[in-house]
Amino acid sequence: MSAGVELDRVTVRFGEFTAVDNATLDIKGGEFFSFLGPSGCGKTTILRTVSGFLEPTHGHVRIGGQDMSGIGPNKRPTALIFQNLALFPLMSVAENITYGLRVRGVDKASRRKKADELLDLIALPGQGDKLVSELSGGQKQRVAIARALAVQPKVLLLDEPLSALDLKLRQHMRSELRSIQQKVGITFIYITHDQGEALTMSDRIAVMSDGVIQQIGDGKAVYDAPTTAFVASFVGENNPFPGIVAQADDNYATVDTAFGRLRGRNPRGAKAGDKAILFVRPESARLGQGETDTTFASTVKNVAFEGNMTHVYLEGIGKKDVTVSVGRRSSMTIPAPHEATPICYDAELGIVLPEGMLARE
Amino acid sequence: MSSRAFVFIIPVIVIAIFWVMAVREAKRRPDPTRKGFFERNGVVLGSVFIALVAFWTLFLVALPYLYMVVESFHPALPPMKRGGPDDVVTIAQYSSFVVNPTIGAVNWLHMSALLFSIIASIAVTALNFAICYPLAYYMAQAGTPQKIRLLMLGLIVPYWVNEILRAFSLRLLLASRGLINQALMGLDITDAPIDFLGNNTGLYVGLSYAYLLVMMFPLYNAIESLDKNQIEAARDLGAPWWRIHRDVVIPYAKPGIASGCTMVFMLSVGSLAAPQFLGGPRTLWFTAVIYDFFFQSFNWPRGAAYAFIMLIVCIALVMAMLRLFKVSLGEAIK
Repeated sequence: MSAGVELDRVTVRFGEFTAVDNATLDIKGGEFFSFLGPSGCGKTTILRTVSGFLEPTHGHVRIGGQDMSGIGPNKRPTALIFQNLALFPLMSVAENITYGLRVRGVDKASRRKKADELLDLIALPGQGDKLVSELSGGQKQRVAIARALAVQPKVLLLDEPLSALDLKLRQHMRSELRSIQQKVGITFIYITHDQGEALTMSDRIAVMSDGVIQQIGDGKAVYDAPTTAFVASFVGENNPFPGIVAQADDNYATVDTAFGRLRGRNPRGAKAGDKAILFVRPESARLGQGETDTTFASTVKNVAFEGNMTHVYLEGIGKKDVTVSVGRRSSMTIPAPHEATPICYDAELGIVLPEGMLARE
Repeated sequence: MSSRAFVFIIPVIVIAIFWVMAVREAKRRPDPTRKGFFERNGVVLGSVFIALVAFWTLFLVALPYLYMVVESFHPALPPMKRGGPDDVVTIAQYSSFVVNPTIGAVNWLHMSALLFSIIASIAVTALNFAICYPLAYYMAQAGTPQKIRLLMLGLIVPYWVNEILRAFSLRLLLASRGLINQALMGLDITDAPIDFLGNNTGLYVGLSYAYLLVMMFPLYNAIESLDKNQIEAARDLGAPWWRIHRDVVIPYAKPGIASGCTMVFMLSVGSLAAPQFLGGPRTLWFTAVIYDFFFQSFNWPRGAAYAFIMLIVCIALVMAMLRLFKVSLGEAIK
């Protein structure tokens, strides 16, 4: 019942502006696939192109191997869940859920049956006669999902549907969405700017920036092995150390940064003399002395206790900021503000990537 | 004292009732922080407020209508006989709508005039809705800002032209030797001129055109506030365009539709100029009947009675329609 979605060199332009630039990717049937990126990166445009509200300027969208050009959104085997859900306020919950079936001419009794079935799936049994306005935020969310599932789409498209919910509910809905997806087994394409959502739910993630797909991979790959400076800086926190590569081999490279010469892995094969950025995640760094090419000096600016973590904000040479996160169980003693301390990290947790645009804070 | 004193007594009674209600309410739930009206506004300003509101509601709103109501229950008499023994309270003016007093027969002429005015106005309302709905939808949901501005300008500017000029230019256009007939005959579509004015085409066109904006703006306002995602959601769920309108847009815009239709209908039934200038020779609009009673036969009581009959029939009809389409009055006059 699920179908793969294939983007074949898809470019979408609005006048002079290129919203999506030559995107090629292959989403497998039954996959939970997320597009992750900051607002304005083109991820919603991709979603609207897949759902049929937009036609690509160049390239093709294929769903289940079938070219979708010229096929309108009401004829595609997709269903879209809108950011604001767009439930019909004048219809009851059951009428909302079965609207797609009513349009297809399904008779009333079967519609009622289907509504009950879906209400059970979304854990709102017997609430079909309520008005949408009587539901809570999370319930509306689930009704929107049921409404989309009712038409038995092969691909479900979700446009940041959780962004309007509060934190606790959002975390709860993440696991709920994931379990619904596993139950119905259809392809989910999920749009979000929230890396937590993307990382927890997705089989694979495409990180986007300025209309370009930067990296495609599972959550671990995107987090641990970013391939561009943008991905490294956008997914999770990261300390960038820009500089010039001093020496490099297949595995490691050293970079001359403002903090001195520092070493890290070299996955993109940077060569001596290249402009590059070394990234070290706050949780990969430690306060203390290590080897010379993975240690640099700094001064503590302030300390922020955040429950599970303590973030130490430090200032390195040239007033550059560095963050080190200390876990709760760590035996590290945290120095007071204005104290000087060296920072070190393991060379395999540093990563050297070609210079590129960083995610805006 | 004649029964006309009612005109002045009724407002006094109404004011007295409200006064008593206000005093009782204040006693039942005393509010120590409450300040009196004059305490809040001062004596001078307070008096001015009361005088202005009283002038507005009594002299401009209540009294003229009340006077007409009372007048409609009196016989038409020459001035010297007013207040005399002949000046009795009577429903003769109202019953004359049903039975013609001079010939003693059923007054088909006037009843059919009212019926025709109402049916024609319903047709005008329907026509206006059919024209305005697509336009309003386009302007509210589909058009680009520049195009909407242009369209708005095109809709509003013609209304700077006064009604008489508009009616007569339409007449020129539709006359038997007018531009349209000349064009139709020139193109060999018809041999003889079509009598657009005689068959009331002119009447419908003129009335629809006159109240186009009255329909346009409530519709536009209602549709404009509809979330675009609702339309897209319906489309995404497989609805063809006509179903989207039937299931999503029209139910949402219903109060606006009701408001526009009510106003167009009421104004159309009550219009005087367009039916007179553009209606056919056999067409009798009910307002023309009323007009004639007032200004031709100087029978104000009967004119007033007819005007109230029209008002009541129209209000009843509108209320029935609102109920039929399940719109509350509050929504429709928003």
